[in-house]
Amino acid sequence: MKHTISVLVNNRPGVLARTASLFARRGFNIDSLAVSTTQDPDVSRMTIVVDGPDAVLEQISKQLYKLMDVIKVLDHQDEAVVNRELALIKVDADASVRGEIMQTVSIFRANIVDVADRTFIIEVTGSADKVDALAALLQKYGIKEMMRTGRIVLSRGPRTAQRNG
Amino acid sequence: MKMTGAQALIESLRGEGVEVIFGYPGGSLLPIYDVLYDTKDIRHILVRHEQGAAHAADGYARASGKVGVCMATSGPGATNLVTGIATAHMDSVPMVAITGQVPTFAIGKDAFQEADITGITMPITKHNYLLTDAKDIPRVLKEAFHIARSGRPGPVLIDFPRDVQQAELDFEYPETVDLPAYRPVLNGHPKMIQRAAAVLDAAERPLIYGGGGVNSSNAQAELLALAERADIPVTMTLMGKGGFPEDHELCLGMPGMHGTAYANYALHEADVIIAVGTRFDDRVTGKLDMFAQNAKFIHVDIDPAEIGKNVAPLVPIVGDVKRVIGELSKKAARTKHPEWLKTVANWKQQYPMGWKGDGLKPQLIIQEIHRATDGKAIIVTEVGQNQMWAAQWYPCRETRQFISSGGLGTMGYGFPAAIGAKVARPDRQVWDIAGDGSIQMNIQEMATAVHGKIAVKIAVLNNGYLGMVRQWQTLFFDNRLSHTDLAVGTPDFVKLVEAYGGVGLRVTEESQVRDAIDKAAAVDDRPCLIDFHISRDENVMPMVPAGGTVDDMLVD
Repeated sequence: MKHTISVLVNNRPGVLARTASLFARRGFNIDSLAVSTTQDPDVSRMTIVVDGPDAVLEQISKQLYKLMDVIKVLDHQDEAVVNRELALIKVDADASVRGEIMQTVSIFRANIVDVADRTFIIEVTGSADKVDALAALLQKYGIKEMMRTGRIVLSRGPRTAQRNG
Repeated sequence: MKMTGAQALIESLRGEGVEVIFGYPGGSLLPIYDVLYDTKDIRHILVRHEQGAAHAADGYARASGKVGVCMATSGPGATNLVTGIATAHMDSVPMVAITGQVPTFAIGKDAFQEADITGITMPITKHNYLLTDAKDIPRVLKEAFHIARSGRPGPVLIDFPRDVQQAELDFEYPETVDLPAYRPVLNGHPKMIQRAAAVLDAAERPLIYGGGGVNSSNAQAELLALAERADIPVTMTLMGKGGFPEDHELCLGMPGMHGTAYANYALHEADVIIAVGTRFDDRVTGKLDMFAQNAKFIHVDIDPAEIGKNVAPLVPIVGDVKRVIGELSKKAARTKHPEWLKTVANWKQQYPMGWKGDGLKPQLIIQEIHRATDGKAIIVTEVGQNQMWAAQWYPCRETRQFISSGGLGTMGYGFPAAIGAKVARPDRQVWDIAGDGSIQMNIQEMATAVHGKIAVKIAVLNNGYLGMVRQWQTLFFDNRLSHTDLAVGTPDFVKLVEAYGGVGLRVTEESQVRDAIDKAAAVDDRPCLIDFHISRDENVMPMVPAGGTVDDMLVD
């Protein structure tokens, strides 16, 4: 079962290494990881997608709390969230297929952000499913390169992952 | 007050009440050692290998309950501490390790004697720091000691670049720490304690299974009160040894792989088990899904991550063992379990501990040390057969009386840890129960003990084998003794100790045992080693093979 968790940490050197090393040595698999600063310059936020049964998730959360720099761990399992990934896809696009590709891109509300003689770079933002779906449709034209970010998540409504919330 | 980083370190150690540092100097520590040259109120014990410093600080901490401090230079000095830090981490021992580091401008350049020790020790410390600014020194030291000793104790490492030692700062030692993300829960949840009392009151065959947390939280009195009030037999793990008086009629000794048969049967038959400050280690449980199948668990631990890690308890209680068991012992009903205790007493009668055969027996030697020291010595062990025999045959009445590397199982731990224990408790006899393999792993510390006039006793149970591995080869690998025979090349320990300036004695017959122990006891200004030539093929029994169950137990 895939879980998306948010981890608030002190914004200090080495915190990412501590967190990643904990996952590695306890045998927890990270599907994706995104880290950034937040509205509070002293706090960074990680969104981590992990695969495992509930008992493993509970253990991950407890082990994370043992790190001195971890302020808060939030499992988004049972709540409505906004979750986004971003992908850049470089696809073969010669004149014969440009129109088709542009139509597909438009249906997905994605953007063409680079145009060259024989290629497009397409930027798509959305849930993992949406990114997967667009990538699958573009497959037949020939995907030359693809890069996607880790998932980022915020809870819907007024709920926040504040320090003491 | 203006001072250098090196002075600020020593001033901070004073602020923490540190009495002793186990250390070894080197290039990246020169400014600190220069300050130590004039420091008279903190004793520095010069070890002969940094691993010895870490184990000695660990033994000091376990014997005293205070934070042990060790120090080593950058690079190889720091990496030599690693085994000792990992040992302390596995057994939750409060320790602060200070390492020299190359100057901040040289970090990351593969400078001479540079090693990324904060990176290396990340998974084996409770927390670690790389100091980059001298003004952080007082705060970091305050935090380090607080983290090491509070909650579930553990080692904290501070990496100290040489230029930071020389930089100036305005020193003021903080009174408090500000760690908003770190707040260990000490008091058990009252509802959970109430529930635990109810479960306990309804139990017909209750059992207490106690671990190292009983010793580290000094909860011996509370545990005794609970056991006596609710009439519950008690089994204590290797780490918990001494946390419950072993001469008490409710005591069943140690559980697990080399535990008593009756402790293992009691675990198997109990209907309620109170697991106290313990983590269901595989050396106790054997095959986990077959472990204590008839029992519901009440699990008390200060570390929330231990609860539910291996076994899902019916009643989880996060908190300090002393406080939780103190509360529980007031809430639990006064009861008696005559039938259950009769069953347990029958097992004790049916499967007593013992040994067979002739020759100089290690079990007898340890019994004799127990007798000669009136059961009051601090016993430190190496790892292997010596460790198990010591645990089985030296019953302890006091907390912090038995010191052993349980989790990591570090050969070479015992001797330096015994040095640390003796420094902490100079009033007590301190015995390292050793094997001929283990003692050679840190034998260089003989110089430390002679130099520091530290009168530890070492009983080498010399069978010329890497005994525990030999035992497994005999039992499970058709007696194919692959690389476990140490007889050729093992030094003459008596001559070796004498060469260092210590006292060496040799015992080859049962009739010489007591006399040698008494002679060793009389040596009070230097180490004394007794080389006991024990019967070579003695096995540690009983034994539940790894991953086995109580039904697989070998008795002899």
